[in-house]
Amino acid sequence: MFSAAEIEIIALSLQVAAASVIVSAPLALACAYVLARSHFIGKSVFDAFVHLPLVLPPVVVGYALLLLFGTQGAIGSVLKDWFGITFAFRWTGAALAAAVMGFPLMVRAMRLSLEAVSPKLESAARTLGASRARVFATITLPLALPGVIVGVLLAFARSLGEFGATITFVSNIPGETQTLPLAIYGLTQTPGSDAAILRLCAISVALSLVALIASEWITRRAQARVQGGAKHSASARP
Amino acid sequence: MIEVDIEKRFSRHGDTSGAFSIAATFSSDARIIALFGKSGSGKTTIVNAIAGLVQPDRGTISIDGERLFDSAHGVNRSIESRGIGYVFQEGLLFPHLNVKQNLLYGAKRNGSAALPLAQVVELLGIDSLLSRDAPSLSGGEKQRVAIGRALLSNPRVILMDEPLASLDVARRSEILRLIERVRDELKVRIVYVSHSIGEVSRLADDVVVLNEGRVLACDNTEAVFNRADLRPHTGRYEGGALIEATALHHDTEYFLTTFSFDGGELIAPGIDVPIGSRVRIRIRARDVTLATERPKNISVRNVLEGKVTALESHAGAIVEVRVKMGTRELSARISRQAADEMTLTVGSRVHILIKAIAFDKRSMGLSA
Repeated sequence: MFSAAEIEIIALSLQVAAASVIVSAPLALACAYVLARSHFIGKSVFDAFVHLPLVLPPVVVGYALLLLFGTQGAIGSVLKDWFGITFAFRWTGAALAAAVMGFPLMVRAMRLSLEAVSPKLESAARTLGASRARVFATITLPLALPGVIVGVLLAFARSLGEFGATITFVSNIPGETQTLPLAIYGLTQTPGSDAAILRLCAISVALSLVALIASEWITRRAQARVQGGAKHSASARP
Repeated sequence: MIEVDIEKRFSRHGDTSGAFSIAATFSSDARIIALFGKSGSGKTTIVNAIAGLVQPDRGTISIDGERLFDSAHGVNRSIESRGIGYVFQEGLLFPHLNVKQNLLYGAKRNGSAALPLAQVVELLGIDSLLSRDAPSLSGGEKQRVAIGRALLSNPRVILMDEPLASLDVARRSEILRLIERVRDELKVRIVYVSHSIGEVSRLADDVVVLNEGRVLACDNTEAVFNRADLRPHTGRYEGGALIEATALHHDTEYFLTTFSFDGGELIAPGIDVPIGSRVRIRIRARDVTLATERPKNISVRNVLEGKVTALESHAGAIVEVRVKMGTRELSARISRQAADEMTLTVGSRVHILIKAIAFDKRSMGLSA
């Protein structure tokens, strides 16, 4: 069904997208919680900074990553010398670029669902002896979980399609950084590869659809779980 | 002993002219303390300060000598370490947990002295609800579970903020009875916030009367509701007196109960209390009729004798007459015309007529 090259591309794309959301999810949750629950001077600046990748040209983000996380970059050189981690021209770099580009989407979905959790419920939990951490783990996070998962899935779908920042930061190296969009772009430079391009496009559409449908399904199920009981009792009473 | 001495200012949209401030000082070691006042009088802010949900600008809050908040010494115990249960107006059950999980949420605190789940479930009558999801409960069921959840967290004091506000009349008296059982059987102290004279006069041992963030009075319930100067706040229309009486006997044929107090005897609709128990009876001033001679052949069951101690004329048609029977005082609200025709003055001897069915049965409750 798929050629070996195609399987390599799909596997790499999934690997890059999965790594990007796994690493960024906890950080996004922390940012979303801070934005949803606390007030501090400079919050609007922080908010804008988090959303920056949404509006910046991707090539600018890619170039910024190259400056910061390249082997000579301010952060990249430290990571390389101390931990032996390199991003430049590696799949990890593609995951980093995808994580940065998907970050605002993830934070947005998480923040909306955290804001929907009543602070009064959290207060009630604390009067019952629960610490802030326990309240977050047992009340806030479970109630916001649908939005958190949707945020992760949206960012995952976004990561599968990430192109501009990735090609700027880690180039287009088959087997290392060549994800689906980069492979499609590569093929468009080669005459007579229309069939191969269309196949990859179809795969890309299918993967994105699965992620979006899954997020929709999770949202509905979670809403039914929280509100379903109330609906049930309302209809049970005459 | 609960001691509160706090100040807090709220500025509305930074506009100091519309600022609202609370300056409240009171203390009480009653089993049920009511914070009583109109909405906006600061009741909720004060209980929130006791719970730690609101931080006062200045002052101290202590329970049994233990400082929970002390601005001068930088003491501000965290909400979770105060050991104070809170029953909110809206119940605030956790919607993703079932009833049993809600009940046991706070049970991890001070596990040793905690009440057993079975006892609380039995008392509150929520046995059949345990596996239900919280959002599927009715209003009355939610409040029962909320009370149970607070009890099971083993608090030193339970704060209840208008716990009956969202319930219908039948559910209200059910929950009131439960709160009395909690007080009597589980010996839990309660700070009860309400604007309802009926609830407060039935439940509270001590009442703190609040108005615009200030404490007008802090005294035992009878004294507060019988104080003439507080009547604008304890209700003009609903105004009346509170009398503590002992149940003498039940008339099972006519379903009446006779009570005695140190001004005479009162016949009231039968209520289900043991003979000899102390009951608080509220007599509304508008239900009291005065006569200068003892009337004959009338349907009114209660005819008592007393002496006028004060006449208070609001401008217009109404005169409020204070009458004394034994050591007890009552208010009667009569027309000014009637007072003039009867030539009532301070010292006049009068007969006091109260219909047996006029007693506000819902406000009658066992007192301490």
